[in-house]
Amino acid sequence: MAVDATAVDLARAMVTAPTRLADVLIVAPVVLPLIGGALALFLRNLPRLQPVIAILVLALLVACEAALLARVLAEGPLTMMMGRWLPPFGIAFTVDALGAVLALTAGVAGLAVALYSATDLTAGDRRFGFYPLLLLLVAGVCGAFCTGDIFNLYVWFEVLLIASFGLIVLGGDPRQLDGAVKYGILNLIATTLFLVTTGLLYGLVGTLNMADITERVAALPDGGPITTIAVLYLLAFAMKAAAFPLGFWLPASYHTPKIVVGAIFAGLLTKVGVYALIRVFAMLMPGERLLLADVIGWVAALTLLVPALAALAESEIRRTLGWVVIAGIGNMLAGLALGNEAGYAGAIAYAVHSMLAMTAIYLTLGLVERIAGTSSLHEAGGIWRASPLVAALFLVMVLSASGLPPFSGFWPKAMLVRAALTADAGWIAAAILVSGFLVTLALGRVFLFAIWRDAPAGRPAAGSAGRIGPAVGVGLAAIIAALGVLPEPLVAVATDGARGLIDPAAYLSSVFPEARP
Amino acid sequence: MEDVFAVLIGLFFTAAVYLMLSRQIVRILLGIAILGNAVNLLIFTAGRLVREVPPVVPEEAMVPLVETANPLPQALILTAIVISFSFFTFLLVLAYRAYQELGTDEVDEMRLAEPAREPPPPGGY
Repeated sequence: MAVDATAVDLARAMVTAPTRLADVLIVAPVVLPLIGGALALFLRNLPRLQPVIAILVLALLVACEAALLARVLAEGPLTMMMGRWLPPFGIAFTVDALGAVLALTAGVAGLAVALYSATDLTAGDRRFGFYPLLLLLVAGVCGAFCTGDIFNLYVWFEVLLIASFGLIVLGGDPRQLDGAVKYGILNLIATTLFLVTTGLLYGLVGTLNMADITERVAALPDGGPITTIAVLYLLAFAMKAAAFPLGFWLPASYHTPKIVVGAIFAGLLTKVGVYALIRVFAMLMPGERLLLADVIGWVAALTLLVPALAALAESEIRRTLGWVVIAGIGNMLAGLALGNEAGYAGAIAYAVHSMLAMTAIYLTLGLVERIAGTSSLHEAGGIWRASPLVAALFLVMVLSASGLPPFSGFWPKAMLVRAALTADAGWIAAAILVSGFLVTLALGRVFLFAIWRDAPAGRPAAGSAGRIGPAVGVGLAAIIAALGVLPEPLVAVATDGARGLIDPAAYLSSVFPEARP
Repeated sequence: MEDVFAVLIGLFFTAAVYLMLSRQIVRILLGIAILGNAVNLLIFTAGRLVREVPPVVPEEAMVPLVETANPLPQALILTAIVISFSFFTFLLVLAYRAYQELGTDEVDEMRLAEPAREPPPPGGY
């Protein structure tokens, strides 16, 4: 080595201070499930051990994410650079209130699914890698919420996508293969579109760091290529979020895999698309969001109404729920279209609610299917007599998913309606309320037929719900009720996240502590 | 040089979109393979093209002496190639399995998960 060590000032290019132990929290949401997934993969021939690993790792993950959220709320956004390269050259992990609260919710949903699936899967399913894939999926979702680099966001999208491919075909039923073909191809096209747009953005601003992009896009003149890039991002992420009219892959596929897989998909996957939309349009390109506000508003209104009508026309409960997932996406898009602090806060709070409520309602439907042996509205029935607990749980999930008090869906929806009214967008408020009404009808009918009426002749509801499944349902119902009765902490976190999007100064100074030369 | 590449990338995208609009899964997958390559070329061009100057700092210097090729797009493309290759492989196997199970590779005929004539939901008890 001819280079004299004293002549090189490493501090100009690299972080020279040793990483503080507390900062490990920033990468914990990714590192823990990755390690857990690798461990579960090594031990795949021990199917009994698989759920134990997953549950322990996910419980630890939830604890770490709760600690991370507490730190972010106390200290503001936190940044960690990979490989010690200074920003904007290294890959940044930047966690703000928005990312931290969504990562925490994803961890809780993942834990619920891991617990529930402990009694729901055969040894074969475990050996074929349900738990490694579940952990990998959670790692991808948490990575997407925590990263501060737009190419890295793409990589996490792909991580969660490949994990979801493995999960959706688990079992190899012909219906699953049919659903997986449509899910796989359309999602791959969406992420490729995301990559195209990121390439164009890099060509325009010459950086991939989100904080750096925020500053450089703000300095660009209006119009021109950045508008094209914004439209392409809208297309790519709306496809991932299953917004109307790009979301038909979701009702084509979500009802085919095992119910635990459907639950984690419905809870997490579309919300990553919504998160990316919020991050890109609210923080990175606020000017372009203003330009596209009407388009996003129309997409939101149609995403609220059309799937809600489609849910009414379904006779298969699982497919009804697929449409309900999409109608929920419309609520979050409405918040993005409004573009004020209350709108963003409502969208973030709704995302948290939706992750929990959608996971919970799919899992509860799994209990209904265990008892009734079917998920067809024509054939199911008699749950109320067979298991009052499961019937009550399903009622809680129906009220929560429809946005009725006293459960978690009510307050985010109230925030969104109020935000729409203060922003003089009464039509968005009307779309939210009408969609809520239609979803209530669709889910209310499911409750009446599948739960309340007596079992049809020849189809007794004779199955058993087991013990762990209902216990997980009760746990999720308790969280959902708590968020509905005591919404203040959630509203405070969501408002904090929304403020950070509108004025990203804290986010920027977390990535670039000192003004650059 | 970028202009020539822009036209080439446009041709790649055209072919990919044309193939992806087809009804046969195999042709859609070929379209996806071409799309992946179109994206790689696009990222490569977006990073600006410089001929044959590797981004290596000479031993006695602190910074590159001449304008070098941009290493970042190459790193991005390497990532994207690995990802798109693995996805393509997975989808090929999936399409073949679906062909075996469903007996068709026409998307219009793949209606097992969403049957064409389902009865409407019940109107009352």
